[in-house]
Amino acid sequence: MKELSLHILDIMQNSIVAGADRISLTLVEDSHADLLSFRIEDNGKGMPKEMVQSVMNPFVTGRTTRRVGLGIPLLKAAAELTGGGISLSSREGEGTVIEARFGLSHIDRQPLGDMAGTMLGILTSYEDIVFIYTHRVDEQEYTLNTQEMRDILGDVSFSQPEVMLWLSEYLNENETALYQK
Amino acid sequence: MKSLADLEAIRKKTLDQVTLRKDEDSVRIVVGMATCGIAAGARPVMNAFMEEVAKRGLENVTITQTGCIGMCRLEPIVEIMVPGKEKVTYVKMSPEKAARVVAEHIVNGNVVAEYTVGAAE
Ligand SMILES: Nc1ncnc2c1ncn2[C@@H]1O[C@H](COP(=O)(O)OP(=O)(O)OP(=O)(O)O)[C@@H](O)[C@H]1O
Ligand SMILES: [Mg+2]
Repeated sequence: MKELSLHILDIMQNSIVAGADRISLTLVEDSHADLLSFRIEDNGKGMPKEMVQSVMNPFVTGRTTRRVGLGIPLLKAAAELTGGGISLSSREGEGTVIEARFGLSHIDRQPLGDMAGTMLGILTSYEDIVFIYTHRVDEQEYTLNTQEMRDILGDVSFSQPEVMLWLSEYLNENETALYQK
Repeated sequence: MKSLADLEAIRKKTLDQVTLRKDEDSVRIVVGMATCGIAAGARPVMNAFMEEVAKRGLENVTITQTGCIGMCRLEPIVEIMVPGKEKVTYVKMSPEKAARVVAEHIVNGNVVAEYTVGAAE
């Protein structure tokens, strides 16, 4: 993947496929700790223990019956390349938490990329899912909870042109503000 | 800065103008968003569709995502469903191609043949 935001998008798709109706994403860039990390937590169907292990090491399981997924192994490789790593914990019937850590200043760390575009696409495509997105850059942070938007909008769809344009600007303004000292 | 308070005004305005639309009458744009699609550039394609649809104020168009469509080497793949017409599959899409598909196919009803899966094979 060219950008970390694409890994984030990809990992959130796993939560969606798992039937989650509540997904939280916490993204932190901490220059003091020289760490970029994100954590995605969902209330989807979860995975049994053996599955967690095989997902983390897809090429040692020797499974041939099903195409092996790429998303998690790609994320793991990208994180390890920067001196970081990922952790995955899951409970069947309860949900899954995945966390990835990257060396912030490591030369091999992909740029974060377009977080506003990533969130816009996913929030408007899956409006029945509650997303809680927090992005922190050192001391600055913002949080978007789609439940608050839904409470105000009532029956009006997130994909209404006016709402979509508003959301696009809202996300872009808030993302930009995080990097202004 | 935009704030959540703006949404109240948007809600009032939209409820005034929009008569409830029926889903079966709407054009559907479906973007493949599995790992293969995302790696190939599906996100900017999806956002380009959203932007074009929003800019033109097209009310009866819905944009959704789907998983792997099964032709990874032709990603980003986009399917367009117009009620009463056969589904059209566009392959190797880009934001520029997306803008053209909205203008020619969705607004004017002319399939952009050169971007379709038929032309690619
Ligand atoms: N959040 C989650 N909840 C439940 N199961 C999950 C979750 N994330 C991953 N899985 C399981 O782990 C498998 C591997 O995930 P991974 O993202 O690596 O590949 P994939 O989603 O199957 O395919 P690809 O990402 O290549 O499109 C998934 O197929 C799914 O069964
Ligand atoms: Mg996946």
